Amino acid sequence: MSFVVNLALGLLFGIGLVISGMSDPAKVLNFLDLFGTWDPSLAFVMGGAVITAFFGYRLVLRQPKPVAGTSFHLPASTPIDRRILLGSAIFGIGWGVGGFCPGPALTAVTLGSSGAYVFLPMMFLGMWLARLAVASRTAITAA
Amino acid sequence: MTDFTPIASTLGGILIGISAVLLMAWEGRIAGISGIASRLLPPYLDGAFLSRIGFVLGLVAAPVAYSVATGQAVLQSVSSNLPQMAVAGLLVGFGSVYGNGCTSGHGVCGLSRLSVRSLVATLTFMAAAFATVFVIRHVAGA
Repeated sequence: MSFVVNLALGLLFGIGLVISGMSDPAKVLNFLDLFGTWDPSLAFVMGGAVITAFFGYRLVLRQPKPVAGTSFHLPASTPIDRRILLGSAIFGIGWGVGGFCPGPALTAVTLGSSGAYVFLPMMFLGMWLARLAVASRTAITAA
Repeated sequence: MTDFTPIASTLGGILIGISAVLLMAWEGRIAGISGIASRLLPPYLDGAFLSRIGFVLGLVAAPVAYSVATGQAVLQSVSSNLPQMAVAGLLVGFGSVYGNGCTSGHGVCGLSRLSVRSLVATLTFMAAAFATVFVIRHVAGA
């Protein structure tokens, strides 16, 4: 059941990426090109998504628990550390080079571009390396 | 050049927001794509693998569903500079997981929860991305 619900929600999310234009790296790179062919559209994607989630989360989090779970898993408000700054900066550089963030890289699977087929496996490799790096960091801190 | 599409972009953004809200209502989880995708890789620390594979398959199928429903092809223009795309993929994958979130997790879910940490992360990756495109397009002149 959760598989089907998640499939539907992933579909909705992905259709949102497609309709908004965020699935197209050319549009993303033009958004990021403030001093060139600037296309402000993606500010509207973020605006629409954040405002919707702002009100929606308030309604949902008033409930005692999620429909198919025992509790809400909200990220703990840990301090802002070097890791979040460094990771975000690295992510931003990659986003600026390729025009893909993780969601649009996944919606690109059926669209047949060679660039996406190189990007995707490398993205998963990067994710795996980061998980190793985080795990070893945690082990060092715990020791 | 790409066309300025404020209405379609806002509408698409609202759909993304609704998906994030419903995922919280159903599973109690944040709709962060880097978190969902990276946890498809081992180690598996909770029982949510099937949920995550479902969400990712939904993302993958979305352009097909869109084309079937509307009769329109999904247009996409991707760089064919493959070494550059390889580096981009590695940086995006590593950075989003190491920094605990990407455009969706920090940008959409975090900002809407008024998380200061996500705001700092979002400003950081936006600044890095703006700077990167500036250097590539206007300094290196590619």
